[in-house]
Amino acid sequence: MAIKKVEARLSFWESTYLPEILKGLRLTARHFFRNILIHLAHKVGLARHLRGAETYQYPEERRPLASRLRTLHRLTRREDGSPRCVACMMCETACPARCIYIVGGEHPNPQIEKYPVRFDIDLGLCVFCGYCVEACPEDAIRMDTGILEFSSYSREGMVYDMAKLLENSPAPPPAKVD
Amino acid sequence: MAEWIIVYGIIPFAKIAVIVLVLSGAVAYMTLLERKVIAHIQVRLGPMRVGWHGLLQPIADGLKFILKEDIVPARADKLLFTLAPAISLVPAFVVFAVIPFGPPGMMEDLLRWVLSPFLDAAAVESIATHSAASGGFVTDINIALLFVLSISSVGILGIILGGWASNSKYPLLGALRSSAQMISYEVALGFSVIGVLLVTQSLSLVQIVENQREAEVWYIFYQPLAFILFFICGMAETNRLPFDLPEAETELVGGFHTEYSGFRFSLFFIAEYAAMVTVSAVAVTLFLGGWLRPFPNVEWLSFLDLIPPLLWFVIKVFLLLYVFIWIRGTLPRYRFDQLMGYGWKLFLPLALANVIVTAGVVLALM
Repeated sequence: MAIKKVEARLSFWESTYLPEILKGLRLTARHFFRNILIHLAHKVGLARHLRGAETYQYPEERRPLASRLRTLHRLTRREDGSPRCVACMMCETACPARCIYIVGGEHPNPQIEKYPVRFDIDLGLCVFCGYCVEACPEDAIRMDTGILEFSSYSREGMVYDMAKLLENSPAPPPAKVD
Repeated sequence: MAEWIIVYGIIPFAKIAVIVLVLSGAVAYMTLLERKVIAHIQVRLGPMRVGWHGLLQPIADGLKFILKEDIVPARADKLLFTLAPAISLVPAFVVFAVIPFGPPGMMEDLLRWVLSPFLDAAAVESIATHSAASGGFVTDINIALLFVLSISSVGILGIILGGWASNSKYPLLGALRSSAQMISYEVALGFSVIGVLLVTQSLSLVQIVENQREAEVWYIFYQPLAFILFFICGMAETNRLPFDLPEAETELVGGFHTEYSGFRFSLFFIAEYAAMVTVSAVAVTLFLGGWLRPFPNVEWLSFLDLIPPLLWFVIKVFLLLYVFIWIRGTLPRYRFDQLMGYGWKLFLPLALANVIVTAGVVLALM
């Protein structure tokens, strides 16, 4: 294979660096004064559609999340309020991190499906792959709560049980990203 | 006797105390200014949490520096290691002893007001009209410029000693670079100042500013090249980007202050920023007319006199400091060979040519 030699040839003015430095200074000054002006305009309620900085002041100001982002799990309910889960163990089987633990219970009426007695997810192990959501035949588990902050001082605290998972509600539709 | 003590004892000490305090405060807030300006250049926000828009950040930083553990490496030269930060800090402050931040007689009225309850009228008058007491400077010596040049180069000694005393390879490399940089840029810095000296024919900084009033323009218009050279070399002298090779955190892990922590590190840090203020103040005095307003003798601009001379000085210093930060936010660090090449092959010949041309013109006009 032929080697192509690319020679960086600077023109006379480029080799003095001066015009290039001035160009750079102009660029940074433009950024500085533009951003300062935008911030000032925001202070008096103008130019809301422009952003003076890419920074999100995190706990107060949150980035819009994509609707397909996989966040904290929730268990969905039937219309009568009971969990949709039928304890089929598909998610537990699909889970690569083995973080789901289900104990199934038999309903006295054989016409009615099984139900989960326990449904624990150890979030300390979970890798947020979403396979459990894919595997579920009943649409009983979803990862659309939009909750990203869950932490605990103990490993036990990272284990979320069924009651906790059923409480979660889906995230509101994301604000329009412009 | 009492007058003598007041003129040469109490008043200078009061001035020194004010300058040291104001300069320390200015240095602390320089760090915030720098972070904020660079943040806005980079479309970020900078410190926003401590106080309104981070205004208390320097205080938090200072407290943190004091509370941090102060480590002296086991194999370090303890005496030099302790001495080095002080050596780099003191000169940056000492230079301000000769920098005039206001005209002679600036504080006459203030002195009369302060002293009249304590002394009889004749004594008050003799103190208030004494130039050493009432001038906007600690002292006006007739070798002030030489003093500035000699003292400000001592600061780099602290960096060299710090790097050497750490007994560690990266600080040593930083110190080596620092000494090489000092030698290459000191020369050009000195020659760039000579241009101004030839024009003004005085070494006293007060006299230089007064001459700019008589010349009716700032010397930057007589010596634009010298100003640019002085500023660039000043940047190299204070180890600011793009000439911060002694620090060079990407290659030298922080350079000469790698082994320093806690308050000793913060002394180096303060020294760097104080040196920036000093270089800006000297540049303002030599080239930008010190406390004078723009175009000091143009009649119709006299409304600018509404801003007092002291404030003009502060505004100009502040603008130069902004340029320092602006350049830091723009340029990457030079390679070491580029740094030496510029110093010896570009700036020194340019400064020499400037001296020769200026000397010729001054001689022709005399």
